[in-house]
Amino acid sequence: MTDRSKLGFYLLLMPLMLWLITLIILPHIGLFMVSISEKIGVREYETGLGNYAVFFNEPLYWRTFARTAFMSIFTTILTLVLGFPVAYYIAKLTRGRTKTTLFLMCLIPFWVSELVRTFGWMILLRETGVLSNFLQYTGVIGGPVEFLYNDGAIMVGLVYTSILFMIVPLVTTLDSLDDSLIEAGYDLGGSGYSIMREIVIPHATPGIVSGCIVVFMLSLGNYLTPILLGGKDSLWFTGLIYTQFITRFNWELGSAFGFLLLALSSTIVFLGLKLSRQSLTETMGR
Amino acid sequence: MKLGLASTTVLVAALSTTSLSADTLRLLTWGGYAPEDVIALFEAETGHTVEVTTSNNEEMIAKLRATNGGGFDLAQPSQDRIASAQEEFGIYKPLDMSMVDAAQFIPSMMEATAANTTYEGEVYGLPHVWGTSGLVVNTAEAGQVTDYTDLCDESVAGSVSYRLKRPTLIGFAYAMGLDPFAAYSDADAYQGILDEVEAALIECKPNVKTYWDGGDEIKNLLRSGEVVAAMAWDTGGWQLNADNADITFVAPEAGALGWIDTFVLPARGRADEAAYDWINFVMRPEIASMITNTAGNFTAAVDGDAEVSAELKARYQGSFDQAAIDNIKWYPPVPAGLEALEGATLDRINASN
Repeated sequence: MTDRSKLGFYLLLMPLMLWLITLIILPHIGLFMVSISEKIGVREYETGLGNYAVFFNEPLYWRTFARTAFMSIFTTILTLVLGFPVAYYIAKLTRGRTKTTLFLMCLIPFWVSELVRTFGWMILLRETGVLSNFLQYTGVIGGPVEFLYNDGAIMVGLVYTSILFMIVPLVTTLDSLDDSLIEAGYDLGGSGYSIMREIVIPHATPGIVSGCIVVFMLSLGNYLTPILLGGKDSLWFTGLIYTQFITRFNWELGSAFGFLLLALSSTIVFLGLKLSRQSLTETMGR
Repeated sequence: MKLGLASTTVLVAALSTTSLSADTLRLLTWGGYAPEDVIALFEAETGHTVEVTTSNNEEMIAKLRATNGGGFDLAQPSQDRIASAQEEFGIYKPLDMSMVDAAQFIPSMMEATAANTTYEGEVYGLPHVWGTSGLVVNTAEAGQVTDYTDLCDESVAGSVSYRLKRPTLIGFAYAMGLDPFAAYSDADAYQGILDEVEAALIECKPNVKTYWDGGDEIKNLLRSGEVVAAMAWDTGGWQLNADNADITFVAPEAGALGWIDTFVLPARGRADEAAYDWINFVMRPEIASMITNTAGNFTAAVDGDAEVSAELKARYQGSFDQAAIDNIKWYPPVPAGLEALEGATLDRINASN
């Protein structure tokens, strides 16, 4: 490389590095420093791992942590189950204009903010809401029923919020699958099930994995949906972090929670990649 | 061309003179405390511009803490949360009383606020808006709810709501015959009170429809009839009373909890003069009335209720007779560290099944 092209290379690299360092690496270092300082009195702090110890000694915190992780994994699976047929239909069974229209219809709800979408679900699910009134009108139920403020409502909200991020990578990978391969499968006497298992799913695996990673991360880090749709027992880990930072003035514990959440999500994604025998470069590089 | 140059010079000169005398006032306040029409009058009179950020007590302190008291020129936290925040984080600066038109303030409120917001001999807070929290009740369906603990009654199971925050702990403690404010200075005694309240609130949990978070949320729940009794602010009750005569604010038998929101100067505010101009402006009787009419709460301004709408006054008098006013429990300053105890209690209530 000549000096000139080297300069060009570094100039092009600059925005990326600036973004990485000032917005990601430096704040995390700061957060880590806060998380290892223990408060011992008014304006008195000392370095130590006490905040992490609090997490492991208080059942509420690690139970909420585990709950958040399991519900996020379940959301991811549910989103995959619901998103795969939709993506397959869009990618393989439609052509031209219909395809664009269907794709656009998946996209439309995302033109408004997450807050508005969540309020929409609140209107539908509340005791005096659309669903409850409709079921009473049709005589399925006798009196008003509360669908809001429980874990099911959170699940519905999370799946709805993240399904697009499952459909898009799936449509892209399924699109790249040559139809003649499926035809060849039928010609060789394969059943619908064996073709799905032997041809379609192996080809779509990178899309499935990258979709799952994104959906999982979005659910785990979601604050709004669990807080608004969840009830008095529905704790979510991000809610705990918010409480520590804002209402308890305890930035030290909040930072430690933040780091634990980062560690949890990284571990689960790593395990997911190992189980599906994919590598991060392969799934994200496409 | 010459004319163009001349007029540009004049324009630049004009702009620079206005920027010398006029500042931008960055106000950190509650919803309703800085109505559009008041801002317009203030800007026309002083030439300052006002930028409003609405928030709540905890977020105000968190925002100022994040910047070491920068980013805003005037903030309005409640009077009980000032001395401890100053002690812990040093986010405010002392007031210069010579800049304040003290005659516009009701003397008793000004003295009480000054006493509660003094830290190391300096006064940090001036009173602005006051109000209470107590019960908002749909009297047609839950007229029997007259005290905090009545929310746990069988007859209103599944249709009550309150916040999982410190006012709930304190209200319940009073209704259970305890005196939490007297125990503020004694951590062990306060922990004893918290333990009793914790047991009561865990037992009460099945009765609760949901713990509410925002003012709009609880108003929606009450308006739709999904909730018939709740612990909430007086203004919320009076606003709902305007739409539905059955719903109103009830001062609980154990006493409503009284708060005073104040004016404080953030430590690194840049427009103190504009801040004092704003304080002196909004404490004028006619401006104070305008704020009461939008915010729904009364102010510490002398004659500030003169031009308040008759409906609001009637609602206020309906909720508070003289005995109820005398029974208001005013929040004393929260000692630093007390919130950690309350936090642990609230967490345990939240986690219980």
